[in-house]
Amino acid sequence: MTVLRGKRRVWTDLWQAVLALFLAGIFLLPVYWMVTTALKTTIDTFAVPPVLIFQPTFEHFLAVYTEGPVLKSLLNSLVIAATSTALAVIIGAPAAYVLARFNFRGKADLWFWIISNRFISPIVVALPFFLIARDLRLLDRHPALILVYLTFGVPLVVWLCVDQFRAIPREVDEAARVDGANLGQVFLRINLPLAMPGIAVAAILAFITSWNELMFALVLTSTEARTAPVEAANFMTGFGIRWGPMMATGTLIVLPVLLFALLVSRSLVRGLTMGAVK
Amino acid sequence: MRHKSRVNWPAFSLIAPAIIVLLAIGIYPLLFAVNISFRQYQLTKQYLGTGYVGLQNYITVFNDPLFWESLLRTGQFFLLTVPLQIVFGISIALFIDGIRWRPLSFLLRVLLVLPIAVTPTVVGLIGRLLFNRDFGLMNYLLGLLQIAPVSWLGEPVPAMLTIALVDIWQWTPFVALVMISGLAIVSPDVLESGRLEAGQGWNLFWHVQMPYLLPGLTAVLILRTADILKLFDMVFVLTRGGPGVSTELVSVYVQRVGFRVFDLGVASAQAILLLLLCIVLSRGYIRLFYREVEA
Repeated sequence: MTVLRGKRRVWTDLWQAVLALFLAGIFLLPVYWMVTTALKTTIDTFAVPPVLIFQPTFEHFLAVYTEGPVLKSLLNSLVIAATSTALAVIIGAPAAYVLARFNFRGKADLWFWIISNRFISPIVVALPFFLIARDLRLLDRHPALILVYLTFGVPLVVWLCVDQFRAIPREVDEAARVDGANLGQVFLRINLPLAMPGIAVAAILAFITSWNELMFALVLTSTEARTAPVEAANFMTGFGIRWGPMMATGTLIVLPVLLFALLVSRSLVRGLTMGAVK
Repeated sequence: MRHKSRVNWPAFSLIAPAIIVLLAIGIYPLLFAVNISFRQYQLTKQYLGTGYVGLQNYITVFNDPLFWESLLRTGQFFLLTVPLQIVFGISIALFIDGIRWRPLSFLLRVLLVLPIAVTPTVVGLIGRLLFNRDFGLMNYLLGLLQIAPVSWLGEPVPAMLTIALVDIWQWTPFVALVMISGLAIVSPDVLESGRLEAGQGWNLFWHVQMPYLLPGLTAVLILRTADILKLFDMVFVLTRGGPGVSTELVSVYVQRVGFRVFDLGVASAQAILLLLLCIVLSRGYIRLFYREVEA
């Protein structure tokens, strides 16, 4: 009897392992294909049946590097996403603290309003943003996108940080107040350091979202402040698609995001659902 | 006891920046869009001026078959993708939840995060590669099954299937992760007594585990509805709405009217209608599902 049950367990483990491998294969294959295509010679890319084992070449990465615009766009993306994220944290974290600690009239409405920014389609505000940025002479300049990306950065930070601040016991605040600290000091010196893990997660998610954004970037930038996704989308225009450089660009855009995503894998879902799911 | 009506200035000063910023970049552009939607606003015909035209733009939208077709197409896309994402997502969640070897289930949960994070623009580019008619992997795999190559991006129905498949690839892991956290709430005691009452397999799932998944399912439906109404980048790169207008989802269409035809008045009217639709749908969902959970 026990032998039979043991055998059954081995079989269960085995088919679970096989199915797991299959799932992993499906979800990783497209990314794997992109990276390998970036490393293949153009002849290998067009080969049918596809070449699975090949001598990797860095010619496409080298081409992307020497040509320049992709590198510049990556730098633009970095500057814009990092600045916007920093601003979102500076603006969002204190608000989250107040929402976590104080009760006031209209709090629920304020709450709902902040979160509802998640549901507004970018196309709704892309049109006015374009006209406003044009009038302010901000088109194709970094500040335009940095400000616009706060529309999702601030709500994201507020939502994720409120939970974090709630987890800090109120007694800590009260003890500091007794010692004569004012609210600003209590927030900055005591709560902020304690909430750092949650703030870091929120910051990473805000960064990923800004880094990945296309529509606003397409509308608000053209040459100077053009971000990496716009540059990547540009490979699809004109004659003759250059698959190698295109996939090399894709790889350069995606790799940092994947590293970040792995760092916050546990909190990613909570961030994406705005906390609807813990 | 403190008076509730007294303003706590220090606290207010901490929250004020967030409110001001969201008013400036959240509410003001919306009002701006409402304003434009009542104006003549064609960037390529500036000589027409930007005067008020009343409901003219909205009437144009209501009489524009392309707008309604793009909405219908978005609905079709929703029906093609979301039910499958939910079925696959729940199946994968049940599978991962049932894995006894901890490292393996942990590894799978981490892997599931990756597709969600991949830049949608790049997802579109990868789609171009995999679904290429001549040397794409999809047609090669079909060839192994003796199926003739499909012109995935060159014909209307295959093109729609392509963007649906890509969306299913990217967002099934998200549904699975939400469902995994739902299943994690079911306590071992509940599961054990459920086994005694409902037995194994389907009965156990439907009567014992499913109720715990409903809140997550509501969240998934709301978010997927909002995200599909927003969906732009992946489709824009993969098909540009083509061939013809066969994959022109509503956001892609509004973007075309706004930034390739440059009729901002009409595009704003479309965008406002889209926003209203999104609000109505998500409210409807919340009411529908939370009642079911309470009952």
